Amino acid sequence: MSDTVKPTETTPQVASDPDAVSITVNGVEHAARKGQLLIDALADAGEYVPRFCYHERLSPVGKCRMCLVECDTGRGPAITVSCMVPVAPGMKVDTQGETTKRMQEGVLELFLANHPLDCPVCDKGGECPLQDQAVSHGPGESRYLEEKRHFEKPIAVSDLVYLDRERCILCDRCTRFADEVGSDALIHFAGRGNNTYITTFPDQPFASYFSGNTVQICPVGALTARPYRFKARPWDLRQQESTCTTCAVGCRIAVQSSHDEVLRHLGVDSDPVNHGWLCDRGRFNYEQLHSADRVLQPLVRAGDDLLPATWSEALAEAATALGAAKAAGGAGSIAVLGGARGTNEDAYAWARLAHEVIGTPNVYAQMGDGLPADLLVLERATIDEAAAASTVVLIGPDLKEELPVLYLRLREAAVKGRTRLLEFTPKLSGLSTVAWRSIAYEPGTLTAAIDTALADDQIAAQLASGPVVVVAGRANLAESSTATVQAVRTVLAKVPGSTVLPAFRRGNVIGALQVGMRPTEGGLDTRGVLQAAADGGIECLVLLGADPVADFPDADLARRALAGARRVIAVDTFLTASSAQADVVLAACAFAEKAGTTTNIEGRVSPVARQVTPAGSTRPDWMIAVELAEALGGDLGYDDVGQITADIAENVDGYTRVTPEALSAAADGVVAYAPTGIGPVALLAGEAPARSSYDFRLIVSRTLYDQAEGTAHSPSLAHLTTATTVHVNPLDLGRIGTTDGATVKLTSSKASVVCTITGDESVLRGTAWMPFRHPGVDPRELIDCFAHTTDLRIENP
Amino acid sequence: MSRFNDDNLRLAKEIIGRYPKARSATIPLLHLAQQQEGHLSDEAMAHVAELVGATPAEVLGTASFYEMFKFEPVGRYLINICGTMSCALGGSDELLAHAEKVLGVKVGGTTADGLFTLERAECQAACTEAPNMQVNYRHCHRMTNELFDRLVDDLRSGRRDGDIPAHGTLARVRQQIPAERAVGPAALDDRGAPAWLPAKEVGG
Ligand code: SF4
Ligand code: SF4
Ligand code: FES
Repeated sequence: MSDTVKPTETTPQVASDPDAVSITVNGVEHAARKGQLLIDALADAGEYVPRFCYHERLSPVGKCRMCLVECDTGRGPAITVSCMVPVAPGMKVDTQGETTKRMQEGVLELFLANHPLDCPVCDKGGECPLQDQAVSHGPGESRYLEEKRHFEKPIAVSDLVYLDRERCILCDRCTRFADEVGSDALIHFAGRGNNTYITTFPDQPFASYFSGNTVQICPVGALTARPYRFKARPWDLRQQESTCTTCAVGCRIAVQSSHDEVLRHLGVDSDPVNHGWLCDRGRFNYEQLHSADRVLQPLVRAGDDLLPATWSEALAEAATALGAAKAAGGAGSIAVLGGARGTNEDAYAWARLAHEVIGTPNVYAQMGDGLPADLLVLERATIDEAAAASTVVLIGPDLKEELPVLYLRLREAAVKGRTRLLEFTPKLSGLSTVAWRSIAYEPGTLTAAIDTALADDQIAAQLASGPVVVVAGRANLAESSTATVQAVRTVLAKVPGSTVLPAFRRGNVIGALQVGMRPTEGGLDTRGVLQAAADGGIECLVLLGADPVADFPDADLARRALAGARRVIAVDTFLTASSAQADVVLAACAFAEKAGTTTNIEGRVSPVARQVTPAGSTRPDWMIAVELAEALGGDLGYDDVGQITADIAENVDGYTRVTPEALSAAADGVVAYAPTGIGPVALLAGEAPARSSYDFRLIVSRTLYDQAEGTAHSPSLAHLTTATTVHVNPLDLGRIGTTDGATVKLTSSKASVVCTITGDESVLRGTAWMPFRHPGVDPRELIDCFAHTTDLRIENP
Repeated sequence: MSRFNDDNLRLAKEIIGRYPKARSATIPLLHLAQQQEGHLSDEAMAHVAELVGATPAEVLGTASFYEMFKFEPVGRYLINICGTMSCALGGSDELLAHAEKVLGVKVGGTTADGLFTLERAECQAACTEAPNMQVNYRHCHRMTNELFDRLVDDLRSGRRDGDIPAHGTLARVRQQIPAERAVGPAALDDRGAPAWLPAKEVGG
């Protein structure tokens, strides 16, 4: 059934469980687990009980009564709601008897009394639990002749989700999801009895980052996704399991297509990773595949224009550029940045091309907007370990905005009381309300805040009480990553035995770094490369799906670097702010157009499937690397992607277990840690200066819907981005002498910009927050990547 | 005008303080909002949500379950005439028809002066006093057309102000709970028994 797509793995035998509870199912003995709900025990015993409201990942509510069975606990057979009753020793269950059948028929007849005969025009038709169960367990005919309920339809409950109230069977799945899992209880039942309906509050849409999950778990066609409405019938869809590479959580998904076009992503329930959930960005950004802006063939510069070229022309052009660069400045004058947006195979082929064929040490997959790869040498934790730790120390970005499904996992752990979150944040985050302690600090004072916190008796006792996992990421692009690195080291030094879950963001950044997209001896990191390029020291800059002009925190340096690099080769799916300036653009395949593997934040490697034919004449990055190597007189020795997967297992530290065979056998991927020490990280010397009391310390961080290429080229998501404004605490508005919504002038050591100001209680006094990569004013103009922090003067213009 | 006024906001905060979880105060606060305005406006529900830490959708969901919460303005006097068995046998249909004629509105309607809203209700638990009706939830037993006319007259002239307050006011006297007996907010991860449960009950 579509709502619980399961990985293809067999569950472990229950019989070996010491907590076994023996029950009888239709006359056959079965060993259930203590505390298990009867409905799950029956499923384990091979008796799938029909259901609508029950969902393994939501708390049971017993709302639909479809799961009724006859159960004898020693007092005679009784009709029992199997999703609400835990197993008890000696239970005798009958799922096939006449009584059970009659109850099931009765329940379905009642549901269908009001359910419209919409199936031929309903998205759910063909994969609908109501349709399926009406056929398998229904009475076949109805005694109801009365008029059915009518509602206005469809109602847009959000920009992405439509509601047909007539179809709703009031199962409480969407509402429970919104409340329990998504933490946005913006949809709710209203009314009572026969007049109950699902609604949002007037003028307050169901604007949740996770709204698409409700569409997937709705057992009828009451909730539909706008991007998919009327696009396909389920029986026309082909699907493969894959892994979302939009961010580095690596949620398992089913990619579905019809007529060679990707039309839908569904969440697959991977127990260690996503529990079946996806964020809306990962769910809907497949639309970018069909964007008219895709680069469909190679392009070669002729004066001001990039003109279409054949692959052989473009590859020859690129090889010439690399050769000329090497001749002019040596291999060290060539740099390769990027690789995080592709597969491990792409990254490995490119790392070999760069290091072995070209011979440059200047290779890096981090764009200067995250943390240095060095953190990956630390003892690593999995998501499950974090969600089971007694304390999670959060030092990083708002996970709801950057790694949404990790946010769901940690929120659940905190809400269920398993884990206490000790959060250090420059601005209230999505987790602040559920954190045990949320410590807001002003940028530049993080280590001091940590020292103070760790000296607190209660906090020290909490940290000593059990396993500690540090979730470490870059909270603020206007502050150097040095602060975070030092903070993480401080915690690790003071809390021995704690492990680290790196909150790195870009899809396959960890994989790219681990398989080799990182500097070797004497090589430069991204900031170093850009600085060298700006100074005229880079003869050829290769951008492998990287867009430093839009992503590197210091806009000025990135701009000067692109202007200063003598030759630029870009491998990309779109013409970005950076690739549009290239001399050669090699047209790359996008997600779902190429196969391979990807590595998530935990180091978990899982397969990425090729579901559709690559657009135009685009090629996978690895193939481009192979051909470029050949044009340069080298030979990487690959002619299909599987060879690279095998090669990685053989040659990359930590990947020995990640063989193609192991990957195809493990539904949840294989965890690989490859240490990626690159020598001492380029930390900034000295300390952050104190802030003058007239100034505001700047915080710049991402939100889920920014102008990233994938979002900007997905029409359903693109308009969800809001214009940049500068946020300050409402109490500071008066201090500046301005009001909410007014225009102000922001001046930093780098630049001066004019921007709208917003009062925002989630921002600390004395600090100012701006979103990264939103339309309008670009806060990166204000940032100096060689400074510890960025201070602003905010004035009336 | 739709959010709590200063006095009621103070009262709302006091009411919230009586419960270990602020959300438990949702319904008392909705009554308070209805007392202030006569019905529940969107702004009032949003304000309640803000105060109890729920979303407005949750507050709307809870409020809309109950017939006594009104989402559109109703008259100063809400007249509910019981239509269930005993009252029907006692002549409530005729009483209702009479009321419609006297007030000049159909069931569900509000008079143009905003004074009366007429509704038909289910059993009001006063079967021995049939036909029964309520004005702002105050019982009027064994109604006749004449008694109804006099009642309307009295309400119009303010003669009943002493015992029938404006719609939305459930009780004239508020329960007073001394500050030291207020439970106050419970910590997020406090999963223990509520503070007001005596220890012996917790022990079982
Ligand atoms: S909309 Fe769907 S998921 Fe929500 S209550 Fe109705 S049937 Fe259930
Ligand atoms: S959380 Fe990340 S990996 Fe998961 S669906 Fe969203 S973007 Fe994809
Ligand atoms: S599945 Fe058990 S009551 Fe709905």
